Amino acid sequence: MTEKISEDQVKHVAGLAKLKIDDDQLPYFTTQLDKIIGLFETLSEVDTEGVEPTSSVTDQVNVMREDVAEDWHQQQALLDNAPDTQDGYIRTPTIIDESGENE
Amino acid sequence: MNFQTTIGLEVHVELKTNSKIFSPSPVEFGDTPNANTNVIDWGYPGVLPTTNKGVVHDGIMAGLALHAQIEPKPHFDRKNYFYPDNPKAYQITQSETPIAHDGWVEIEVDGKKKKIGIAEMHIEEDAGKNTHAAEHSYVDLNRQGTPLIEIVSKPDIESPDEAYAYLEQLRQIVQFTGISDVKMEEGSMRVDTNISIRPLGQKEYGTKVEMKNINSFNYVRKSLEYEEQRQQRVLMSGGVIQQETRRFDETTGKTELMRVKEGSDDYRYFPEPDLPVLEISQDWIDQINEELPEPPAKRREHYVNELGITDYDAMVITQTKEMSDFYDAMIKAGADAKLAANYLQGDVNAYLNDNQVDLQNTKITPDHLATMIKLITDGTISSKMAKKVFKAITKGDDPKAFVEEKGMVQLSDPAKLQPIVDDVVAANPQSVEDFHNGKDRAIGFLVGQIMKQTHGKANPQVVNKMLKESMSK
Repeated sequence: MTEKISEDQVKHVAGLAKLKIDDDQLPYFTTQLDKIIGLFETLSEVDTEGVEPTSSVTDQVNVMREDVAEDWHQQQALLDNAPDTQDGYIRTPTIIDESGENE
Repeated sequence: MNFQTTIGLEVHVELKTNSKIFSPSPVEFGDTPNANTNVIDWGYPGVLPTTNKGVVHDGIMAGLALHAQIEPKPHFDRKNYFYPDNPKAYQITQSETPIAHDGWVEIEVDGKKKKIGIAEMHIEEDAGKNTHAAEHSYVDLNRQGTPLIEIVSKPDIESPDEAYAYLEQLRQIVQFTGISDVKMEEGSMRVDTNISIRPLGQKEYGTKVEMKNINSFNYVRKSLEYEEQRQQRVLMSGGVIQQETRRFDETTGKTELMRVKEGSDDYRYFPEPDLPVLEISQDWIDQINEELPEPPAKRREHYVNELGITDYDAMVITQTKEMSDFYDAMIKAGADAKLAANYLQGDVNAYLNDNQVDLQNTKITPDHLATMIKLITDGTISSKMAKKVFKAITKGDDPKAFVEEKGMVQLSDPAKLQPIVDDVVAANPQSVEDFHNGKDRAIGFLVGQIMKQTHGKANPQVVNKMLKESMSK
């Protein structure tokens, strides 16, 4: 089989998706993903010469709303639905920022 | 070895719209946590975002103010990352087709003018805010969906001073459009920097070091200066700069390592399928161009060339559009250009600083301040008296009425002053003799006597002149 994706790449992608994959599961997922990518490659057989890239599949254009604020009064309902709250905040396990981007 | 510095700046500006970029929740600050949120902001399954027209409008406006090209068919993209301040696990932003590109900002450093290019400018949503404690973290999504503009500079900035000048000009230009408060201290303007150095003449850029969320222009300059020196030391001693993110420590004035970057960020951008593409017509662009207020640089030109105030005065007055509009209104009301500039920089700015308030939120009006200045220039009040009048103006009192009510009117009428002058001259023959003998101090003493008799209301210039005339007879 020609490798379209390596085990390292699968590990990387799983990490981005916050999925934990054990090393013994790696070959299984790598083979699967390899097949999926193979399927997608059939798409490249289509001649797209002169076709503009599609960035949206709806045929709508310029659907915008006026800049008017509305209070939907959902604060309490949303908090009631959160797994854990305190003083109006959503309470989570202590977050360790891995990226350092979002302080 | 000599080095060449290259600096890149990414500036986030928070827009002052009424509602969020993709949901109608209000954009308000200081409300209770999660008050300004709805199912869209929380990223509930099945909800759909809708683009706020006001944000697109403001994005076009910023683009035009920065002399940029407006993208005729922009769309939004998803930037994927997991973090609890981002409930959808992606941020809606623009990657492929930013709303504007290829603009510029003109700066001046040490008398030299230079254009700094803007690579691109896009609109996107802000994330919520996390607070961390020992046991837990707390998430407030009020800020989630607040509209932002991100402005990315081209690698044209070559010194920390140029970076500072660029930020100041950028702040002013955006402030004058009225789309944002652009205040670093309130987080409505945020700056990320990157800096690299390379030996003079080398073509390839050096390795970039990034610094995030530095909270004042001054610290941006200081951190870049420190980093410039540090990188030189590393290279001179044969070391290698690694790609890393550093933090600026305000107390030591040094930068310190936060994390080393391995590979590039992997956000797996793709076109946002939930939002239709936009088509921006030339008509809309033209219309927004019409709305665009006169930019600060144009106003400074007018102030210096036509009103004759100094470059420095003009710079201070164009710090904010409100200040500049206020000045224009004072000139229109007939105030002397130089005095009006002095009062804005002096008494008015001191008052704003003391009370930590913006000009538009005070009771000071251009008409009142102009009236006070006219009272000074026509000799009705002295500049010393004006101090009290200014205080009254800050309380919203009419300066003319205040001056009359307090009997503060300066005594300038020669007919009224003549008998007093005569009395004082008659009562002080010694001083008159001293004056004739060329002792200049004598006249000062006589003016003092007249001031005493009039309780400080006599116009010193008029008295001076009258005394000289009287004694020369």
